[in-house]
Amino acid sequence: MASGRVVITGQGWVTPLGFDVGSVWSKLIASACAIGPVRRWDASTFATNFAAECPTLDLFDFLDRAAALHPGAGLGTRFALAAAAQAWVQAGLGSHDGAERAPGVEPDRVGLYLGSGEGQVDTANMAATNIAAYDAEARKVDTRRWAEVGLKRMDVVRELEQEPHAVLTHLAEAFDCRGPGFNCMTACAAGTQAVGEATHLIRRGDADVMIAGGSHTMIHPLGMTGFIRLTAMSTRRDDPKGASRPFSRTRDGFVMGEGAGMLILEDLDHALARGATPLAEVVGYGASADAFRITDIQPDGKGAQAAMRMALRHAGIDPRETDALGRPAVHYISAHGTGTQENDAIETRAVKGVFGEQAPRIPFSSVKSMLGHLIQAAGAVELITCVQAIRTGWVPPTINLHDPDPKCDLDYVPNEARDMTDFWGPGAGGVDVAMSNGFGFGGQNNTVVVRRYTA
Amino acid sequence: MRRRVVITGIGVVSGLGPDARSLWSGLLEGRSGLRPVETFDATGYSSHLAGYAAGFHAKDVVPKHYRKAVKVMARDIELAVGAAMDAVAGAGLVTRASGAADGETTYPPDRVGASIGAGLIATDVDELAPAFAASVDDDAPGEFSLRKWGEAGINRLQPLWLLKYLPNMLACHVTIIHGAEGPSNTLTVGEASGLLSIGESSRIIERGDVDCAFAGGAECKVTPMGFLRTQLAGRLASTRDASGEPIDDGGRVVRPFDPESPGTIVGEGGGILIVESLETARARGREAYAEVVGFGAAQSRAPYEAMAIGARHADGSVPGSLELGEAGAETGLVSAIRRALDDAGIGPESIDAIVPRGLGVAGPDAREALALREVFADRLAGIPIVTVTPMVGDLSAGTGGVLAAVGALCLKEQTLPARLHAGNHPSWLDVAPAPARAAKLEYVLCCSPALGGQNAAIVLRRA
Repeated sequence: MASGRVVITGQGWVTPLGFDVGSVWSKLIASACAIGPVRRWDASTFATNFAAECPTLDLFDFLDRAAALHPGAGLGTRFALAAAAQAWVQAGLGSHDGAERAPGVEPDRVGLYLGSGEGQVDTANMAATNIAAYDAEARKVDTRRWAEVGLKRMDVVRELEQEPHAVLTHLAEAFDCRGPGFNCMTACAAGTQAVGEATHLIRRGDADVMIAGGSHTMIHPLGMTGFIRLTAMSTRRDDPKGASRPFSRTRDGFVMGEGAGMLILEDLDHALARGATPLAEVVGYGASADAFRITDIQPDGKGAQAAMRMALRHAGIDPRETDALGRPAVHYISAHGTGTQENDAIETRAVKGVFGEQAPRIPFSSVKSMLGHLIQAAGAVELITCVQAIRTGWVPPTINLHDPDPKCDLDYVPNEARDMTDFWGPGAGGVDVAMSNGFGFGGQNNTVVVRRYTA
Repeated sequence: MRRRVVITGIGVVSGLGPDARSLWSGLLEGRSGLRPVETFDATGYSSHLAGYAAGFHAKDVVPKHYRKAVKVMARDIELAVGAAMDAVAGAGLVTRASGAADGETTYPPDRVGASIGAGLIATDVDELAPAFAASVDDDAPGEFSLRKWGEAGINRLQPLWLLKYLPNMLACHVTIIHGAEGPSNTLTVGEASGLLSIGESSRIIERGDVDCAFAGGAECKVTPMGFLRTQLAGRLASTRDASGEPIDDGGRVVRPFDPESPGTIVGEGGGILIVESLETARARGREAYAEVVGFGAAQSRAPYEAMAIGARHADGSVPGSLELGEAGAETGLVSAIRRALDDAGIGPESIDAIVPRGLGVAGPDAREALALREVFADRLAGIPIVTVTPMVGDLSAGTGGVLAAVGALCLKEQTLPARLHAGNHPSWLDVAPAPARAAKLEYVLCCSPALGGQNAAIVLRRA
């Protein structure tokens, strides 16, 4: 019988700053920035020619040869596998390939809820096919010719790897998960939503253990193209490291990142029974829709507020209250904080709407200033920063914040990480409750609240 | 006690027409919506047929003020928007779409959610090709240059180009049109997307976060890219007869659960249901089509290859050569169905009809059929199977919404639709051609395995 409580027992990071939680966390606390010119392909003529790329990843550092995956697996799949393997091992669930599994962990009771993005477009062959089939005079594509060329040039595995559930299939095979399998694509909110929904699956007893998180890369020519055309990305080509500047007056858009964040969520009784260590408890999840416009966020952040309020309500937290020590109800907020003019101003307004007078007292930072925006993976990666804040008592900074926007007047932990000891007064410090926001293009909003685990 | 969830509205856009009514009448008549593609020249593929909703355009059905937004909708989004309009009308819901102020709608905006399954949306080649053509390398004629793309290609695309193709835009447009401000999700799990979305929406109503939700999915494979991917994966049928003459009636091609079936025919479609809590539906005096009483999801123990190349053999031979005996049951489907039955509190003996995926591709169909046999054993031969692929084609993420729509209509009308079938099938599966017929139906199972090994099943009960 499920306990009704869900804890995090493992977590894994594949980020532009590196591949394991300990070292990446140290870099975030040291205000390191992973952004630089795109190296993997020639972006020199693109209006945005920089991004936060992951270092080269050798999957065999994380996975045995026994679970060696399909040779055609895409980058998003590799990120997901490496992150999930770290989480799996940390949670003590056994060897990643299912050969050695912790006793009492049944494959039927292990599920997956991912927010993984689509795989990379096969740009070269797409381009060649379109060029060959385009009739410039008629200004039309000869689709018969398109079929002939495309069927010769394009590869079945490269096409299927773009299917958003390909990552799910790879992970289910690698870790022998035969419980429920889900993948959501709610854009920049997906990672947060996946964790929140996975929590409910465990609560209602559909699984004992869920691998939840997201993985994504849009650092490929057509991915970058889409956001350049939307003018959503920074074009600060002369200063890539200074380009991602959430909450700054001079912010001019987000910077693309890539990677994966994976968590092991587990029913508390199940975790304790097998001797696992809870790293934190997931206590609240909220979701909403702006239902406003495709291109704009609702100006008061009404949807963002609804998601935060629902998450806090489920956590039994009154956002306007302070505790016996005089601390606010939430001790750290990991901002969606993309660095676009619109998002940062509206998210600030929404946090003020929810927390009222307490809002300026809550550290509220955006690691996108250092990692870039991991799109579908962002929410899960950023939720792990919340867990790390609880575990270490430090909160990461928002870097490049030297010229604050007057419309953004909260505590964004500018430029340097903060030791939260005694922050609100002698004996009134630390981080026990933290919250992560994820808001998607088109108006899907999600918030997850985590709390220090206490029996 | 958990809240009960009912289906009060059904919206479908498919090859049989622009609404649920035309789907149902087509199914009763045993008419196939699979016919030669007219929207582009598809003669370069092994099949020149598809199930497409000829004459359906979202601009004809959206509120007048929203017509402009149709320009940023890929066909998949148009299908979802159309199906949602149809569902709202059928459910008698008053939403923002009718011009109602927030206080005049059936439900407060934050009590209405959405979970709409979507696929990998194909970019329109007519939009992309001119941009690629403007990016040919100056020094190497015919070759693509990324540098030229950055200089001259990107700006050929319309500024909102990306937003046409994001899978979450199905749910986003629907929630904007109808003013649904509750939790909104986009599940992208291939053919399982639609039923997973309906199951999840039911859970969100059960846990009290909303009272009402849009649930289902939509996808369009009737594009050059949709045909290409299906053919590359070895799943597209040939539509030429033995003498090489084209067959123009898709009903003569698709053969669900036939171990010799050469493949399927692609379609486009959306099935979106309005699901509501029983208590609030009753309070507004609404009769239901059916009740959602069980939901189950599970993954198969299947190698990645099951997704990568359908059921193709290692030597590359086509799926049609796979014998039923070799396949092995889709283990995740067995588990998903059993979970759904447990959730409904019934045993397999209570199921009166099954609406499965039945794609018409030999390997995956064999795995699905063997899963049904594992659950229902000897009783399976006596349970009528409703097959819809010969009428509407392979709808991918649109599948589950349409299957659930059909299941709910069967219960409401106490009728089994007609069946088309162009080939052979195992004797233990009731899928032979048949006319529509009255039937006493209490419980219907709808199930849909995704080609990646993810599975969903729901049990519907007569309202």
